[in-house]
Amino acid sequence: MSTVTAPADERVAKTSVITRLMRRPEIGALMGLIVVYIFFSVVDQTGTFSGLTGAARWTDVAATTGIVVVAVSLLMIGGEFDLSAGVMIGTAGLFAGLLITEYQMGVWLAIFLTFIFAAGIGFINGWLVMTTGLPSFIVTLAMFFSLRGINLGVTKAITDTVRVAGVDEGAGFDSARVVFASEIIPPYNFKIAVVWWFVLVAIATWVLTRTKFGNWIFAVGGDKNAARNTGVPVRRTKITLFMLTSMSAALVGIISLLRLRSMQAGQGVGEEFVFIIAAVVGGCLLTGGYGSAIGGAIGSAIIGMAFIGIAYARWNTDWSWLFLGLILFAAVLVNTLISRRFQGVRR
Amino acid sequence: MTDVTPALQLVDVSKSFGSVIALRNVSMHVDNGSVTCVLGDNGAGKSTLIKILSGVHEPSEGQLLVNGAPKRFTSPRDALEDGIATVFQDLATVPLMSVWRNFFLGNEPTEWPWPFRRLNAKKAKSICKAELLDMGIDIRDPEQPVGTLSGGERQAVAIARAVHFGANVLILDEPTSALGVKQSGVVLKYILQAKERGVAVVFITHNPHHAYLVGDRFYLLNRGQMMAEYTRSEVSRDELVKAMAGGAELEALAHELENL
Ligand SMILES: Nc1ncnc2c1ncn2[C@@H]1O[C@H](COP(=O)(O)OP(=O)(O)OP(=O)(O)O)[C@@H](O)[C@H]1O
Ligand SMILES: [Mg+2]
Repeated sequence: MSTVTAPADERVAKTSVITRLMRRPEIGALMGLIVVYIFFSVVDQTGTFSGLTGAARWTDVAATTGIVVVAVSLLMIGGEFDLSAGVMIGTAGLFAGLLITEYQMGVWLAIFLTFIFAAGIGFINGWLVMTTGLPSFIVTLAMFFSLRGINLGVTKAITDTVRVAGVDEGAGFDSARVVFASEIIPPYNFKIAVVWWFVLVAIATWVLTRTKFGNWIFAVGGDKNAARNTGVPVRRTKITLFMLTSMSAALVGIISLLRLRSMQAGQGVGEEFVFIIAAVVGGCLLTGGYGSAIGGAIGSAIIGMAFIGIAYARWNTDWSWLFLGLILFAAVLVNTLISRRFQGVRR
Repeated sequence: MTDVTPALQLVDVSKSFGSVIALRNVSMHVDNGSVTCVLGDNGAGKSTLIKILSGVHEPSEGQLLVNGAPKRFTSPRDALEDGIATVFQDLATVPLMSVWRNFFLGNEPTEWPWPFRRLNAKKAKSICKAELLDMGIDIRDPEQPVGTLSGGERQAVAIARAVHFGANVLILDEPTSALGVKQSGVVLKYILQAKERGVAVVFITHNPHHAYLVGDRFYLLNRGQMMAEYTRSEVSRDELVKAMAGGAELEALAHELENL
């Protein structure tokens, strides 16, 4: 007889800490992060990549990507895509910028209205997906092209240029800049966006794992029919996720509008795939129903390191896209192998 | 108390999916404190019928009455709010989610005030484990993904969940198809216990012996139409077996019957 006091179920083999760690959706991304960090620290030509000076740079890229990736990850876990998330950054920035410069609106009011507007765009995405039953890939692709056209068309029609500038003359610009576009921790000067990013990742993680809504996100992405049949409001859940995604893109749009004091009509285009890559690298299942917000954050950090690391290595930044391609493939491969080895989940 | 208003009633209900007519002019009623069995061949329309009762489908024609009043369910959530819980034939579980999360899906217990309101995971896990133990299913760990359970275990999760939430009506679509003899017996006992509590039970099964053991009223469905309705006193077990099996496999079935 063994002398175990609490009789654990004898059919459960003891899982080691390693196995439990390996079962986390973000483990592949975490290993990737370490590899990428070491790699760029080695090839670094400036001698600052591995320290806080470098961190202040790559966390900036990671944060402005990662803020949207948080929402894109939740959306992907909920079984949908949003290809309009990138262009939405530009749309939101232009919308706020035009309100401030052309309609003399206060900056804070403009920001508030921009979030409402973004929520509306997200609602349209979600409503169309749920009502037509078309794949979100198609619906949001259509939204992507529409917004891309509107961004250019409206900006040209109103300003006769392809950018909106002069936002810094709006009332409340300075206080808004402190909240959305200031720098902290001198002398390294981390961007405040990093704080936004951390807070959003923390909230999203809590929502996903500890709340009713989080439960519903996993359910609608895992099996929409089962979710509906057990009484989950599938439609409301998915539409909410689309709205959160557009609003997170709007936050990044506002951050960059306040930083640069202007907005280009083409801003954000192309970013949508970077968001999806970060979420997938972070262990979110493309088919939905599985993943984590922290995984998406690690994916974003890898992307931040890649962009800054390549510049610090004094390579042509064009190579970052090749790098992203390889990282995506490697991370998904590793995730798949790990889950086969450790998960024990019959898929 | 002579409560004669049926808990659920269908009046001349038809349901078509495009050109497929799954149900044609079906009328039935389900009383509180009784077990109503729906019998019929594969493809007869039994699942379609109960999906109308549980809010998955809206009838193409005809009416659904809940406690005597016409009602439109636009989703199963509406039906659940009226205390109508269902074990679907496909079980409606999400494979990648844990047992306890599946058990409480759509009905999660929460704690703490808004905006900190969160799942009461501890309570959920202990209820889930206890309810499954009651069924004779000792799951290893409520954190285990449902997709890794055996077919019977998964069925037990779906049944325990419906029994837990079905305050007024309990609908079971072939709930015992994957269960062992003991667990099937437990399910039949559950059905009778729910009936005692005044719950209206709708029980779909291909097993006429099971049906006869617990049923008070039997509906025979064939090719989307209601062929016959019997109350328990009007029909013998053999007649029921004959009506379902067509008499051909009677010997084998009779044998099985002895072993029950
Ligand atoms: N969503 C749907 N779209 C098209 N046809 C359907 C749909 N649902 C059911 N049907 C058709 O309706 C008929 C009845 O199906 P149903 O699932 O109700 O049968 P059943 O009596 O439950 O059979 P079984 O005993 O095999 O479970 C079948 O011919 C099926 O093909
Ligand atoms: Mg069926």
